Amino acid sequence: MDNKEIIAERTQLKPQGWVNAHADYLYAYTITRVNNEEQARDLVQETFLAALEGMHKFEGKSSERTWLTAILRNKIIDTYRKKTKGLKTLSINDAYAGETEFFWNEEGHWHQEHWPAHFGIDHIDPLAAKEFNHILQKCMQKLPALWLSVFTMKHMDDETTDTVCAELKITASNFWVIIHRAKLNMRACLQKNWM
Amino acid sequence: MNKLTKILYNCRKATFMIEKRMVQPLSFQENIELRLHLVTCGVCRLYIKQSHKIDLMVKQILKSPPPANIRLDDDFKKELKQRIEKELNKS
Repeated sequence: MDNKEIIAERTQLKPQGWVNAHADYLYAYTITRVNNEEQARDLVQETFLAALEGMHKFEGKSSERTWLTAILRNKIIDTYRKKTKGLKTLSINDAYAGETEFFWNEEGHWHQEHWPAHFGIDHIDPLAAKEFNHILQKCMQKLPALWLSVFTMKHMDDETTDTVCAELKITASNFWVIIHRAKLNMRACLQKNWM
Repeated sequence: MNKLTKILYNCRKATFMIEKRMVQPLSFQENIELRLHLVTCGVCRLYIKQSHKIDLMVKQILKSPPPANIRLDDDFKKELKQRIEKELNKS
């Protein structure tokens, strides 16, 4: 009797309903983390297939959606890992377009046309900023895939730098160079598009 | 001294240190160099504010439910359903 009750409380998986109930959600979750529609579709499909195979491992302790999202999250990190694989050592001194665009080469001064200027970001309420978030996401999508991967990982789960570096198999110095370049470009993109 | 003057006028390095400092403490020397830079550089001081805010907004986006207006197209969903049915019938 007791056993039966416990079983009844557990979440049951209903794979026939997955697409209607979760496909849009999982797709939107992916597209905010991966800047490629086709890849996002593939990831959703792979998630459902992996979930079907792993149904026996579902313990019913979380909701169906939480469980599917956890599978998807791992798949997304796998794609990040592929982007960072074989990455050569980056340095802040690289004569690389991700930074030199903004600074004078020798002394590292801001180019005057790239000076950070007030553009109203200080007054935006993070909880009520639909339009701003839209632009922000557009600017994120513009980042090269590698930078977006590292940048998103940094902000996704409040994980430590060490954990992110270990998961993506990158060195700490590459991590900082990429974060710096990503942020410079995003800030500039926002200043240009949010006025 | 040479290194000091470098960061003192080098916004590229200063912004790099700023990004690092937002996550972990800088070394004693890095910290002093950055502080000296910021005393004279209003542009980088503004950069700090904006960079903090960007992080805050990005975290907000990644932690809130994904936007409901982003949807898969119906054809793809139909295919997905069929695929799942097929897999279920296999077992």
